[in-house]
Amino acid sequence: MLHIYRILFNTGMAVMMQYRAAMAIWLIGLTLPPIIYLVVWITVARSRGGEVGGFDPTELAAYFIATLVVNHVTFTWHMFEMGWRVRSGFFNPLLVQPLHPVHRDIVENVSYKTLTLFILVPLTAALVWHFEPVYSPQRWALVAFVFALVLAFFVRFFFEWSVALLAFWITDTSGLNNLYMFLGFFLSGRMAPLDLLPGWVQTVAYYSPFRWMLAFPTELLLGRLSEQEALYGIGAQLIWIAVGLGSMTLTWQRASARYSAVGA
Amino acid sequence: MIAVIRLLTIFFRIGLMNELQYRVNFWIQLGKSVVNLGVSLLGIAVIYRHTEHLNGWQPAELVALLGIFVMMGGLVGVVIQPSMEKLIEDVREGTLDFTLTKPEEAQVLVSVSQVRVWRLVDVLLGPVVVVAALVHMQLYAGAWAMVEFSVSLTAGTVILYSFWLMLSTISFWFVRVENILMIFHSVYDAARWPVTIYPGWLRAILTFLVPVTFAVTVPSQAVVGRLTLDMLAATIALAVLLLLVSRWFWRVGVSRYSGASA
Repeated sequence: MLHIYRILFNTGMAVMMQYRAAMAIWLIGLTLPPIIYLVVWITVARSRGGEVGGFDPTELAAYFIATLVVNHVTFTWHMFEMGWRVRSGFFNPLLVQPLHPVHRDIVENVSYKTLTLFILVPLTAALVWHFEPVYSPQRWALVAFVFALVLAFFVRFFFEWSVALLAFWITDTSGLNNLYMFLGFFLSGRMAPLDLLPGWVQTVAYYSPFRWMLAFPTELLLGRLSEQEALYGIGAQLIWIAVGLGSMTLTWQRASARYSAVGA
Repeated sequence: MIAVIRLLTIFFRIGLMNELQYRVNFWIQLGKSVVNLGVSLLGIAVIYRHTEHLNGWQPAELVALLGIFVMMGGLVGVVIQPSMEKLIEDVREGTLDFTLTKPEEAQVLVSVSQVRVWRLVDVLLGPVVVVAALVHMQLYAGAWAMVEFSVSLTAGTVILYSFWLMLSTISFWFVRVENILMIFHSVYDAARWPVTIYPGWLRAILTFLVPVTFAVTVPSQAVVGRLTLDMLAATIALAVLLLLVSRWFWRVGVSRYSGASA
């Protein structure tokens, strides 16, 4: 299995290398939103005399720059691609291989992230230089952050892959994707730190998978969580990974049985 | 100008007839537009839980700006973007031959060749939001503000169109440029907030590199009565300048076009 992963990784890198310019452009779309909301919230903090909900401008900068990195590590694009795969019959070659397509997608994702590191690192450095964020995590929180980041990747990956599979039933999934993005925008903490949202939204976020995809690792890195909260969060991530994996397996069985190779 | 309107009507009819085959898409588009609007309004609501004004912008003023943001995005989506995507595809495939041989001005033809009728939902939804915000503010804009608003809106549209035309014209030199068009969407999202809040470098990008400032913020300033005459003059001047430059650029590009299978 490791061998397969290595070969897939090398091909993935070679394929991605051809789209360097496109990758740089996608990265604008990924990095600009956190900067926009960072500026909006800094403006709010200034108008209140320096802080909003316990965040001063440097802490806001720390929060949004961290979400930029976490979001980059965890994001997937299969919800937008699966529909095209189904409609164009691109699934045919994937299905005849003796390998679950999800492996290929995981490796593809990782190779994209590896390549974009070369842009992401200097970009993050420039933002850190410009906005001067302050991070003050305890040492254990840093270790927990690394764990939580990896787990967040799988929470999001399995969850979004399951949602993407709905393309086998619905031809145009763009409406559904919109709705999903809408929930994630608020509940995962992309628009604002969850502390700034109304109490009931925080409660919903707590019991949704979204919080554990982005806000949780970010808050760990900022040193805003206690040890107990960290343990509880990692537990929640593991539960959501199990749920995501389960729903992915179930949906995949039904979906691949339904597939009738459009375009063939 | 009359030729443009006549052609636009024809292509609009073709687009409408095409889309009427897929009437469900109307409901999908309506759903998407409403969800997007809802997200933006909720975002504004969250922000004003914590403050009275955002860099001097009252909530209702920001809602008016949002309406203009939605409407301008719709305008781009109805005709500018689909036509420019078609242009790029035509250049790559060599099918631009069919356009160039027609006895009409080619720039006009490529600019209105595709109409995505359902995106009109946003073009109509936007003004509704603007009017609702104005009524809420009890700001019945005076005649002069309305003039400023219409002029800056027209200038903003011209600026957006020229920008798109120049981006697409690059395809005469580099064949694969679809991704360049994505820059616009990535950056346009920043225009849902007044550009005056951004740091200088970002404001410069939004003003000169991807000129969304003039398309959204300036008309909004006009509608809430905060536009200076200098700014209005600058917007008009830029619109005229960009229109001329993009026209010139288009001509140079077309003269490089070598046709299908050549």
